Amino acid sequence: MESTQRTIQLLLKPGQHDGEGQRVAEVAQRHLGLTTGRVQSTALYTVRYPVTDEQLRDFATHCLQDPVLHDVALDEFRHEPTYKSYILVAKLPGVTDDEGISAQNALGDFLNQPLDTHTQHIFSKRLYFLEHELPESSLRCLAEELLGNKLINRFETGPITDIRDYTPRPGGGAESITNLVPLTNLADSELVQLSKENLYALNLEEMRAVRDHYVAIAPERQAAGLPIDPTDCELEIIAQTWSEHCKHKEFSAVIKYKDADTGEEHEIDGLFKTYIKNATSEVDRQLRANGNDWLIKVFSDNAGAVRINPESLFVWKVETHNSPSAIDPYGGAITGILGNNRDPLATGIGGARLLFNTNVLCFGNPEFNGTLLSNQLHPRRIFEGVRKGIEDGGNKSGVPTVNGAIVFDDRYAGKPLVYCGTGAVMPMQLAGLDSWEKNIDAQDRIIMAGGRVGKDGIHGATFSSIELDETSPATAVQIGSPITQKLAMDFLVLATRRGLIKCSTDNGAGGLSSSIGELATISGGAVVELEKVPLKYPGLRPWEIFVSESQERFSLAVEPAKINELLALGREMEVELTDIGYFTADGYLDVRFDGDSVARLNMEFLHNGVPRKVLEAEWTKPQVAEPTLPATSDYTDVLTRLLGSLNICSRESVIRQYDHEVKGRTIIKPLMGATGQAPQDAAVVRFNFESWEGVAVSNGILPRFGDLDAYHMSAGAFDEAVRQIVAVGGKLPNLSYGDGNFWSVNDNFCVPDSVYDATTNPDGKLKLAKLVRMCEALRDATAAYCIPLTSGKDSMKNDFKADGVKISVPPTVLYSMTAKIEDVRHTITSDFKQADDVIYLLGETYDELGGSEFYQLFGELGANVPQVRFDKAKELYTLMGQANDQHLIQSCHDLSDGGLAVALAEATFGHGYGATVDLSEGLPVHVQLFSESHSRFVATVAPEDVVAFEQHFGARATRLGVVTPDSQLTVRHAGQPIIAASTAVLRHEWTNGPVNRIIGFGQPAGEEAAR
Amino acid sequence: MNDQHMNDTSQKVQALILTGFGINCEEEYAAAYRLAGAEATIVHLNQVLHGHVSIHDYDILNFPGGFSFGDDLGSGVVLANKLRYRKNAEGRTLLDDIKQFVANGKFVMGICNGFQVLVKLGLLPNLSGTVTPEVTLTHNASGRYEDRWVRLKVNPKSNSPFLKGLDTMEVPVRHGEGRLIISGTDTLAHIEEQALNCLSYTDYDGSPTDVYPHNPNGADLNCAGLTDTTGQVFGLMPHPEAFLSLYNHPDWARRKRLNPGLSEEGDGLRLFRNIVEHVQNQRQAAVSPQEASQFSS
Repeated sequence: MESTQRTIQLLLKPGQHDGEGQRVAEVAQRHLGLTTGRVQSTALYTVRYPVTDEQLRDFATHCLQDPVLHDVALDEFRHEPTYKSYILVAKLPGVTDDEGISAQNALGDFLNQPLDTHTQHIFSKRLYFLEHELPESSLRCLAEELLGNKLINRFETGPITDIRDYTPRPGGGAESITNLVPLTNLADSELVQLSKENLYALNLEEMRAVRDHYVAIAPERQAAGLPIDPTDCELEIIAQTWSEHCKHKEFSAVIKYKDADTGEEHEIDGLFKTYIKNATSEVDRQLRANGNDWLIKVFSDNAGAVRINPESLFVWKVETHNSPSAIDPYGGAITGILGNNRDPLATGIGGARLLFNTNVLCFGNPEFNGTLLSNQLHPRRIFEGVRKGIEDGGNKSGVPTVNGAIVFDDRYAGKPLVYCGTGAVMPMQLAGLDSWEKNIDAQDRIIMAGGRVGKDGIHGATFSSIELDETSPATAVQIGSPITQKLAMDFLVLATRRGLIKCSTDNGAGGLSSSIGELATISGGAVVELEKVPLKYPGLRPWEIFVSESQERFSLAVEPAKINELLALGREMEVELTDIGYFTADGYLDVRFDGDSVARLNMEFLHNGVPRKVLEAEWTKPQVAEPTLPATSDYTDVLTRLLGSLNICSRESVIRQYDHEVKGRTIIKPLMGATGQAPQDAAVVRFNFESWEGVAVSNGILPRFGDLDAYHMSAGAFDEAVRQIVAVGGKLPNLSYGDGNFWSVNDNFCVPDSVYDATTNPDGKLKLAKLVRMCEALRDATAAYCIPLTSGKDSMKNDFKADGVKISVPPTVLYSMTAKIEDVRHTITSDFKQADDVIYLLGETYDELGGSEFYQLFGELGANVPQVRFDKAKELYTLMGQANDQHLIQSCHDLSDGGLAVALAEATFGHGYGATVDLSEGLPVHVQLFSESHSRFVATVAPEDVVAFEQHFGARATRLGVVTPDSQLTVRHAGQPIIAASTAVLRHEWTNGPVNRIIGFGQPAGEEAAR
Repeated sequence: MNDQHMNDTSQKVQALILTGFGINCEEEYAAAYRLAGAEATIVHLNQVLHGHVSIHDYDILNFPGGFSFGDDLGSGVVLANKLRYRKNAEGRTLLDDIKQFVANGKFVMGICNGFQVLVKLGLLPNLSGTVTPEVTLTHNASGRYEDRWVRLKVNPKSNSPFLKGLDTMEVPVRHGEGRLIISGTDTLAHIEEQALNCLSYTDYDGSPTDVYPHNPNGADLNCAGLTDTTGQVFGLMPHPEAFLSLYNHPDWARRKRLNPGLSEEGDGLRLFRNIVEHVQNQRQAAVSPQEASQFSS
C-alpha cells in the first residue's frame, strides 16, 4: 500500500557541540570564500511505511534519538529562529542509502515485524541551516562542492521560509522492452556513431566484426525463430565482453615496435603473452625444477593463489578504480575497495577469509590553485573523497589497511589512480574439494547473492575503457555498501565450508553479463531468467538488468540438490539469494525475460570473436641533460625541505584514519616505534594465532623516472617492492630446494591512451613504446629474481578531456608484492634500536640523480636515471637473508625518495636517537646524500655483531657511523659537518608537511615520546 | 550444556562471542579467550535471537567491535535496539535473557562497538538498575576515526573482576565515536563514587589526561571504559584483544632488543586471563566454600 509520508528530524540539543556544522562553516570560508555564519546540521528520516502517530514518536525517541544528544521534531523542519538559508541533501533514486536501510532495520525490530529491508521504506537526508542569507548560486555551490555530489545527490536550497523537501520515488512500471538494433546496412561512419552514442566503446573494426557475424548467422537465427538483427541486450553483452576493461585488447594486440634511434624494428605477439604470461611460465619452470611447487593459480581466476603450507592458500589481487574515482571520489574508492575484496572472496570455489587491504593512490597537487576544467574536481577534493572511501571500505568491512603509498604529480589532476589490493587466506580443501578449482556442470543453478540491481553502474566496464570528458555519464557511478557486503562475505565463508557452493564469482564490471558470461565458459552455456532478478526499484529494461554493476553481488554455481540448504542458510544470515537460471552445455548464452528471448549469443563468438588489434610503437630517447645546480652547501636546509616536500612528508593523518590492525595480526604497521611515527618499508601480517607464519606486503611505484626511461622506471619499481620486503626480513624465492618461500606479485599498468591517431593522439606511438619498455623491464625483473606474477590488470585510457584540453597520466606501473615470512617475530623494522649500534650502507651508490626528489627541489629532471643491476641486487638480497638468519641486523630501511639523507633521518623518527655519519671520499657529497640508486639500505648492527656482519657482507657494506643517544643527526665529509640537525626538528618538518596540513591533524604527541 | 557444568571445575570456562551484521573483531576476541585457557564459541547473532543458541549455556557473553549494521544511526544503536525489541518465538527479548544472565552472576563484556551497544542499551553504567541509557558515546572531539595506541590506567577502586590486579595497560583505540558524554552532575558523581569509570586515558607519566592524542576522543572523566555497579558488566573503547602478543605493539622491536627476555604476551591478554581465572575460582568456590574467601574482591 502507498502510505503517507512522515518525517523525523534529529537536532543536537542546545549546548551539544555541532562538529559537522562547524566544519561546514569553516571549509566554506576557507575553500569557497563563502561566509555562512553559523551552520546547524540536522538529520532527517522520511518514513514511507504505515505507522501510527504514537509508533512514529516512539520509534523516533527510542530508536533514532540519542537521549543525551538529540531533540526530536516530527513532521516539521525545526531550526533556531536566527537562521536564514537552508540546504537539503537527499539521495537520487537508487543510490545506496545505508543509513535509511539501517533505520528501517530498527523500525522492523521496534515493531517486531518482518520488514523487508531490500525494499526501501525509510530515506535518510541531511538538512543544514545557515545563519546568513546566501544567494541561490552560493548555496548550490556549497552543496555541490562540500555537502554532496550532484551525480548521486539531489539538493534543495533557498531561504529558510521556503523549505522544499525531496524524497526519491524511483522508477515507474516494469519495462520488459527489448529493442532490435539493425546493423546490416550501416555505413562505417554510422557504425562508429552507434558505438559512441550507446557507449559501446567498440571501434570500427569491432563494430564491423559484429555486423558481419550477424549477417553470417542470419539463416541460423531465422531458423531458431530469432530476429536477424541483434537485440539491444546482445550488443550490450558483446560491448561489455569485448571492452578493454574485460578483454585487455591492447595487451593482446600485435605491436609493431620501432626504435627510432637505432632504426631496429620488431613485432611483439601481445604484451601479456610475451612479457607476463611467458615470463611467469619460465619462473614456474625454474621453481618446480627446484622443488618449489607453490604456484597454484595464475591469471586464470579473479585472483592469483599460492600455497602457504599444506593446509592453506594465499590469495592476492590488486585492481584499479580510476575513472569512477575521478567523478565521485568517495563512491569510486569505496566501490574499488569492496569490488577488489570480492575478487579473492570469489576465487575458485570462493569463501576466502580476507586478511588485509593495501592502497596506492596517485593525485594531482592538492594545493593546486589554478582554474579547473569543466567537471574536473579539485585534486584536494579527490584526495579527501578517496581517502574517506578507503576508510569506510576497509574499516567497515573489518579488513585492516596495512600499508599503501600516495604519489603526487600534476598529471594525475584529471584522472587520479586508485589502486586497491586485498590479500586473503583460503583452505586448500573445502568440503573435500580443491578450493582453487572452478567446476560447473550443466543443470547447476545460477544463484545471485547479495545486493539488488538498480541502474547504478550501467556501462562501467565500457565507460572505464574510454577517456573521461565533461559529459561522462552519471549512471556509471556506484556507491558501495560495506555492510551489505560484510553480510554476503560472512555467508560465503560459511556456505563454502559446508560444501554448498560449487564455485563463485563476483559481479563487478559488466555485472551479471560478465560474471555469468565467464562462468558459462566452464560448462559451455547458460540460461538466465532475468525476470527473477530482484530489483532495487522497477523500471529497468532487461539489458539494463543484465549489465548493471550494482554492487555487493556474487554469482554462485550450485548443485540442484544443495539449493534448499543454501537458501535456508541465506535466510538465517539475512543474505538475499535468488535462483536466476541454470548452466547448460549447448554453447549459447541464452538470456530470457518471462520466457521471451532477450539475447542468444554463441559463446565462441562472444569470447573469441573480437578482432585482434594491430598497434604501432616508436621509441625515441628523450633529449635530457644533467643540470647545473646553484652552488649550495647547506645540506641541512636541503634535507629539511625534502622531508617537508609533498612526495616525502608524513602521511600520518591519512594512515591513522585507516584501521590497520583489526584482526589483531598486523606485526609491522605503516608507522612504528615508541613515537608511532617511524615509517616502515613493508607491512607484515601473521596468518593466524596458532603459528608465527606470515606475509610481507610491499608496493613499488616510481612514475617520475618514466620521464627519463620507462624501462628503468619499471625495473626500479619492481626492485623497490622487492627490496622493501627484503628490508623487513623477507627472503628471495627459490634459493634452496623446496624452501617453500612463496612470492606473489600483481602488476597494474595505468597508462594514457597509447593508440596512435594523427589528430587526437599524435604521440601515441611513443606512449605505446614506453609501455613496451615497461613490460620488457618486468620480464627481465621476474627472470632475475625468479619472482612470479600471479595476477594483474591494465588500465589503458587514463586521460581527462575537457574544454579542448587533455590531461594524461604519466605511464605508471605498480608492482604489489607479497612474500612468505617464516617467523614474524624475526622481522626487522626501520627505526634505530639502540645507541652505539653501528650504521651501514648496504649496496652501492651511483651518480643517479635523474628524476630524483633532490632535482625536483630545483625544478630539474636531470638525465641519469637510476638503473637496477639485477645480478648485484640479487646477490645482496641473498646475503641479507643469510644475515637475518643469524640475527645480525637490528634495523633496516630501504633507500628511495630522497636517498640516503632522508632514510637516515626517517630511521631516527621512532625513538629520538640521533646518528653520526661520515661520508666516504669518491662521489660528490650531494650524490652520496640524495642519489636514488636502487637496491640499497641503511642497516644497523649491534656492536658485538660488527665483525661477523662485516665478514659476511664484505665490500657490499659500507660503514657509515653510529647511532647516538642525543637526538642529533650529524653527517660529516672529510671531517667537516655537512648536515647538523636536531632529529626532533626534522621529524617536526616531516610531520607537519603538506599532507597532514591538508587532511588536518591534531597536536602530535610525538615530541614527548622521544624523550 | 546445562547448569551442572557450572560446578564442574574441569570444564573449561565458556565464552560466547557474538558476530554477524558487521561485527568484525570476533576472531581475535575468540583467540584472546583461547589463549587465556577458555573455550570460545563464535555465534551469529540470529542464532541467539532465534533461540538456536542460549546464552545461559555460557559464562561470559561478549560483544565484539566492528560496525554493527554499519553504525549509520550512531554506533551500536541498531544492534542495541534489536536486543531490546526483537522478540523470539516465546515472546522474550535478548535483553530479558541478558538481565537474567547478569542476575545469575555471569559476565558481559563489550569492546569498542560492543561497548557502544552496552551503553546505548543502558546496561552500562545502569546506575538506576532499569537498563535505560544514562550516558552516551559520540563522535570523537577530533571529528575523525583514528587508529592509535593509548595508555590506560585502571581505577584502583573498581570492583570488576575483569580488572583485578591490573594497574596500567597499553592498547590501541580504533574508533570514530568513542567520546563518552555524561550529562548531569548527579550521574557523573554516582559514576565516580562507585568507581564505574574503571579505565582512564593517561599521558606518558601515567596521569589521566584530557590532552589529545593521549586522550584520543575527549571523553568525560578521561574515561575509556565503564562497568556496572556489580562489576559483572564491563565495556571499553580500546581493544585489549588487539594486544595479545608482544608483536602487536608498535615498539615491539626496540623493546625486545632492550630486553631479549621480554614476555611474548601482550597487555591485553591479562584482562582475559583475569576473568577466566575468576570464573574458574567461582566454580571452585562453589565446590569448596572455604577457598572462596581468598578470591572474593
